[in-house]
Amino acid sequence: MINENSEVILSVRDLHATVDGTEILKGVNLEVKAGEIHAIMGLNGSGKSTFSKVLAGHPDYEMTHGEIQFKGTDISELEPHDRATAGIFLAFQYPLEIPGVSNRDFLRVAFNAHRKSQGEDEMDVFDFDDLIEEKLDVVKMDAAFLDRSVNEGFSGGEKKRNEILQMALLEPTLSILDETDSGLDIDALKTVAGGVNQLANPDNAVVMITHYQRLLNYIVPDYVHVMADGRIITTGGKELAERLESEGYEDIMAEHKVEVAV
Amino acid sequence: MAIQVSNSETSTQPTKREQREAYLKSLLSTAQAHVPDALAFSDLRAKAEAIVNEHTFPSNRDEDWRFTDLSPMISVPFQAAESPSEIDMGALGPVQMPEAIARIVLVNGQYNETLSDIDQLPPGVVVGNLANLKDGALGDQLTARLAMSNGGHEVFTALNTAGFQDAAVVYVLRNQVVEQPIQVVYLSVARAEPIIANPRCMVIAESGSAVTVVEDFFGAHDRDHFNNSVTEVWADDNAQVTHVRLQREGAGTFHIGKTAITQGRDSRYTLVPVTLGACLSRHNLEVYQNGPQTDTNLYGLTAIAQSQLADTHSLIAMNHPHGTADQLHKAIIDDSAHAVFNGRVWVPRNAQLTNARQLNRNLLLSGKARVDTKPELDIVADNVKCAHGATVSQLDANEVFYLQSRGIDAEAAQRLLIYGFAMDIIDRIPVPSLRGSLTNTVTGRSR
Repeated sequence: MINENSEVILSVRDLHATVDGTEILKGVNLEVKAGEIHAIMGLNGSGKSTFSKVLAGHPDYEMTHGEIQFKGTDISELEPHDRATAGIFLAFQYPLEIPGVSNRDFLRVAFNAHRKSQGEDEMDVFDFDDLIEEKLDVVKMDAAFLDRSVNEGFSGGEKKRNEILQMALLEPTLSILDETDSGLDIDALKTVAGGVNQLANPDNAVVMITHYQRLLNYIVPDYVHVMADGRIITTGGKELAERLESEGYEDIMAEHKVEVAV
Repeated sequence: MAIQVSNSETSTQPTKREQREAYLKSLLSTAQAHVPDALAFSDLRAKAEAIVNEHTFPSNRDEDWRFTDLSPMISVPFQAAESPSEIDMGALGPVQMPEAIARIVLVNGQYNETLSDIDQLPPGVVVGNLANLKDGALGDQLTARLAMSNGGHEVFTALNTAGFQDAAVVYVLRNQVVEQPIQVVYLSVARAEPIIANPRCMVIAESGSAVTVVEDFFGAHDRDHFNNSVTEVWADDNAQVTHVRLQREGAGTFHIGKTAITQGRDSRYTLVPVTLGACLSRHNLEVYQNGPQTDTNLYGLTAIAQSQLADTHSLIAMNHPHGTADQLHKAIIDDSAHAVFNGRVWVPRNAQLTNARQLNRNLLLSGKARVDTKPELDIVADNVKCAHGATVSQLDANEVFYLQSRGIDAEAAQRLLIYGFAMDIIDRIPVPSLRGSLTNTVTGRSR
């Protein structure tokens, strides 16, 4: 939902970033306001996943130029956990498995880390169990998942639902969904999209990074950005995604004088 | 080219081998000097003395001690303690276990009545010390089993047999089921001179009985100390023994421990050996399946840091058909610590239709940490299942980042990952208070 008077949540200016000395991001500009849903689309290697990791503060990615402001504050020097407790959430393309740590314990530790950063007391085990049961409904997950090791032996769809469960629990201001739709069957996609739609509200914002227009049938974006060669080359509404779906990336990239890497 | 070596020089400079021989003899004579008259066992002791005298103190040239260098011990003149140490209950503080139905305490290998608590036992189970029990109703059974486990020819086992000053005894009579754990504490207490202790323990679960035993090796001090322990366990036919062995000795302790288990047919034995302490430790763990369809489970955890060395040498001898063995040994190694694992599984021709699994997993927390791991499967039987493996890994930076991205700081993220690594061993410990304290110890150790 676009509202010109909303607070700017994320402001990225001329962002350059490298990994292992290779420049991947070559001047990204993006502004996201409260209440908005953005989609970033692009081919493999366009830099979309790198962009999400740089926002979350992954140590392998070095920001070499530009700025990232979150709710008016420069976060480029913040540790990943400080970005998270400030309200940035990254749903991983490939959620990691943590053997030996139950999902319930993991969620409680993460939740209490957020509480602590707000100067609040940790929530006790029983209150937390009540809270998490509520949140399970958002992604239609069975409570049995809570007592399994984090993501261990989960199917692809279960892992992605588990990411949205974490989002539901941590209530971030900015959610970055990195290819959350990839590899999902249609039922799982509907469940995940339903969860995201349920969590979106006028005070938070969502940035979806995706390869496929299909996701946008279920989560309708306010803006669609096309990323190529480490930059956002054009921005439009939902119709831009539809054009990409029917024409492919070549024409749009040619219009913006970006060579198609094969 | 002629090199002349004068005779006088060779005779005044003892070779390293002679040094090691002399050192072993000095350990033997100090241990023997303080054997109480009540536990003379002259035949047994004489045999053990003969075995020790056939050996020299081990060096890295012995295959069994390739990775574990005992030479730092040779400069320390360990003495066996003559008199018992005066000590009060406070010394037990951190090892008190509320779940225990009985506790027997050896201090530097000698029975301590004040610290022990053996009066609340249900019928059918006896907990005490050998010196008191050997003239009672169980005397003959205890004497018949003492030092009769296989593997008694190993030099440190024989040294203990020659010099032990008393033994803790847990004896469960036929078909008795003891619900609550029995605790055996070995307290190492520093004296003016460096001490060698030879603590000993006998756990006997008669046919059809069930018992849980928790051994706790504990010493709070960092002074030079040598603990040379031997525990013999018998799980008779169809008996069930659950055993926790917790080694949390002080930082100056050299710990060499033998656990020898003899299993009767259809018996079930589970051991959780946890190694946290000592500057240098060696656990010789030997299981002898002495009847068909025995079940052996070994779930070990080593967590060491600084310059600690912890060596686990295990042997599972599957001598009969239909036996099963499941072994998982995990090590968390920080700083410049060094873990050694050597896991031997012996499956002779008559051990058909057996099933054995062994896995050694190591987590290195520092670039200087080291592990040497060696599975040793010795299979002659032709109709068996036998699997083994070893892994060495570090904390995964992507896993740490995943946790950080959920608001968990890097240090807590590492703690959580270490917890995850250790938990499937700690969860096997059937004593809640011990699970709790171990979880804190193991995860608190990360930086």
